[in-house]
Amino acid sequence: MRITCPLCGERDRREFYYKGAALVRPAEGADLDVWHGYVNLRENPAGPLDELWYHEMGCNSWLKVTRDTATHEILAVQLASEAGLGGET
Amino acid sequence: MAELIAKSPCDGLLPVTVGGMSLTEEDPGAMWAVAPFNGEDKALSQALEAAHGMAFPAANRATGKAGSRAVWFGRGMALLMGPEPDAKLAEHAALTDQSDAWAVVRLEGQGAEDVLARLVPVDLRAAVFKRGHTVRSELKHMMASVTRTGPQAFQIMVFRSMAKTLVHDLKTAMEAVAARG
Repeated sequence: MRITCPLCGERDRREFYYKGAALVRPAEGADLDVWHGYVNLRENPAGPLDELWYHEMGCNSWLKVTRDTATHEILAVQLASEAGLGGET
Repeated sequence: MAELIAKSPCDGLLPVTVGGMSLTEEDPGAMWAVAPFNGEDKALSQALEAAHGMAFPAANRATGKAGSRAVWFGRGMALLMGPEPDAKLAEHAALTDQSDAWAVVRLEGQGAEDVLARLVPVDLRAAVFKRGHTVRSELKHMMASVTRTGPQAFQIMVFRSMAKTLVHDLKTAMEAVAARG
């Protein structure tokens, strides 16, 4: 499995650390149910899933990686900071 | 007061020569992480050019020359090696002193690419990794920075605490490459 880092180029999976699903963070003051969903509820698809990966052994970027959980095919990669996941100031 | 004696990271470990390859320690001088503030990339590059004679490196590139080098060091960061950073740089970037924090070695000679091919999971052959190119990657599970400084020469850096492991792993790989003849 290889991930194409937007900065470093195509790299081996061993350089990356897996975080989990890439969800849009609710805005400050959001409803309790929304936060409950963000913190606890996850999809478990056999197919494409947006995930957060950290290029730990490379450029130290957080990446939003779209991976097919059934085939491990990497469908899309972008910097998490540019993926509109919330928390921007 | 105690008399403190400076010890380089690879003190007592290097130099090593195997086959036609040599592994030596570099004295990089001062090392500072330079991380431009949001939107200050261009202004910082100009200030760096004015003060130290090299532009801020693009991703996977190094600028400058031996003794005064700026090596791309990850997202939004470069490592200034050699000079103490000019005070003006602080207007555009966060400066962090990393001097003595990294072990810096130079691997040189016929077969150096083959040695690194055993340790670093990135294509470092001359056709795609030319002089002035750099990568952040792993070297046998250690976070490393590898920069090509010559046709057969690489600058390799890992955390200072891993200097002994770095020398061991490089030496083992050099011996294995040399043994193949």
